[in-house]
Amino acid sequence: MVAPTVGVLALQGAFAAHAAIFERLGARAVEVRTPGELAAADALVIPGGESTTISMLLERSGLLEPVRDRLRGGLPVLGTCAGMILLASEVLDGRPDQHCFGVVDIGVRRNAYGTQVDSFEASIAVEGLGAPFPAVFIRAPAVEQVGPGVEVLAVADAGPVLCRSGAATAAAFHPELSGDDRLHARFLSEL
Amino acid sequence: MTEMTSPEAASAARSTGTPLVKRGLAEMLKGGVIMDVVTPEQAKIAEDAGAVSVMALERVPSDIRRDGGVARMTDPEAIRSIQAAVSIPVMAKARIGHFAEAQVLAALGVDYIDESEVLTPADEAHHIDKWAFAVPFVCGATNLGEALRRISEGACMIRSKGEAGTGNVVEAVRHLRSIVGDVKKIAGADPVELFDWAKRLQAPLPLVQEIAAAAALPVPLFCAGGIATPADASLVMQLGAQSVFVGSGIFKSEAPARMAAAIVEAVANYRDPEIVLKVSTGLGPAMKGLEMAALDTKLAERGW
Repeated sequence: MVAPTVGVLALQGAFAAHAAIFERLGARAVEVRTPGELAAADALVIPGGESTTISMLLERSGLLEPVRDRLRGGLPVLGTCAGMILLASEVLDGRPDQHCFGVVDIGVRRNAYGTQVDSFEASIAVEGLGAPFPAVFIRAPAVEQVGPGVEVLAVADAGPVLCRSGAATAAAFHPELSGDDRLHARFLSEL
Repeated sequence: MTEMTSPEAASAARSTGTPLVKRGLAEMLKGGVIMDVVTPEQAKIAEDAGAVSVMALERVPSDIRRDGGVARMTDPEAIRSIQAAVSIPVMAKARIGHFAEAQVLAALGVDYIDESEVLTPADEAHHIDKWAFAVPFVCGATNLGEALRRISEGACMIRSKGEAGTGNVVEAVRHLRSIVGDVKKIAGADPVELFDWAKRLQAPLPLVQEIAAAAALPVPLFCAGGIATPADASLVMQLGAQSVFVGSGIFKSEAPARMAAAIVEAVANYRDPEIVLKVSTGLGPAMKGLEMAALDTKLAERGW
């Protein structure tokens, strides 16, 4: 089997950390900044970063509609932190011009835990993963509404932090930072 | 839709202020632009242009340079008004060694503290013990030894010092080339040579060994000091910076909103000259720059 090509949206944020993990796991990782680079991808990662910045750059790069089309067509996608916000159906306190793709039917609140001093690590139980997962939350969003058809795969403090809907997975935390590749490996194995 | 309880409602075992959490925010700021602002209005312009963060200041560096006098931490009221105006992270500067200013900024809930040579140093020997804080710190450096001393004190991000407030990128380029060049040399060095590297850099051996193993600085490397155009931003990114601080370069240009958006796009697409060309076109004059030989005070010489 040919190794899948995972496109990592590389407009801003922690894209290099995701790419390095997928390469280590035997996939081909390509940075996506243009519609041409997106076309070659078998799956997409929307990394953490500043969601307002990524949203604006999606528009200015001409990627907004191509990404939306691919996601509607069932392209497997993993969104972390800012990526979760971009995959959500509603941003409860977003900027009026902030885009979200609506492939995971959740309502999210940005920076729900406070400022950076409230950012934290916590060990969380993830459905089907066995041992607890070390999760890093950086100015993380909170999921405040969950629609029908959304599977909640992990909760922390009674709130969902890992959600799946069809081929789209959204994490409020940063699996690319804690040195545990299991979520990336699971994402790859389902392609 | 099902309503969920708020994250504040229950408390699980959370660890705050860990090295991973503190370095994590710098990871999220990569490939972005952090902009100096002095008012809530400027902060909004920066956020609207796509800044990943703003640095809340009383005066931009070029005005500090012009006005002279002692430059201190910004008035907390001014920082609060900027925090209220934007949803992106807000940074603020403390004087070198002035841990009490840093404590005030931490109490204010700023997202990052810059222990900065742009302000007048408060201690001629000691930098702040940054391990003592839950809030992460960024520090300036002119070379790798200085960068490693700051990291050993707990800095979670290093930026080149450059020469702030000049609109002249030459010093930032010198500092970046020096840091990145020495990282490459250490990555290629024999293990027995690392002792000598640590001695020459006046830096802790374990950090030098960490660089040798990872072929990279242990924390993100950003660029600051004198960036005034989209092409300046592309230059320093191509030289190895992972993000860009822009100080006077935006709000001392003729069209700050356009300049800010152009630099954001140039950083995101720094390897694509066609895009840097497009965003550089029609911006109007950049800030007026200063030659290094004309300076009375070199801010980069502050810090030890």
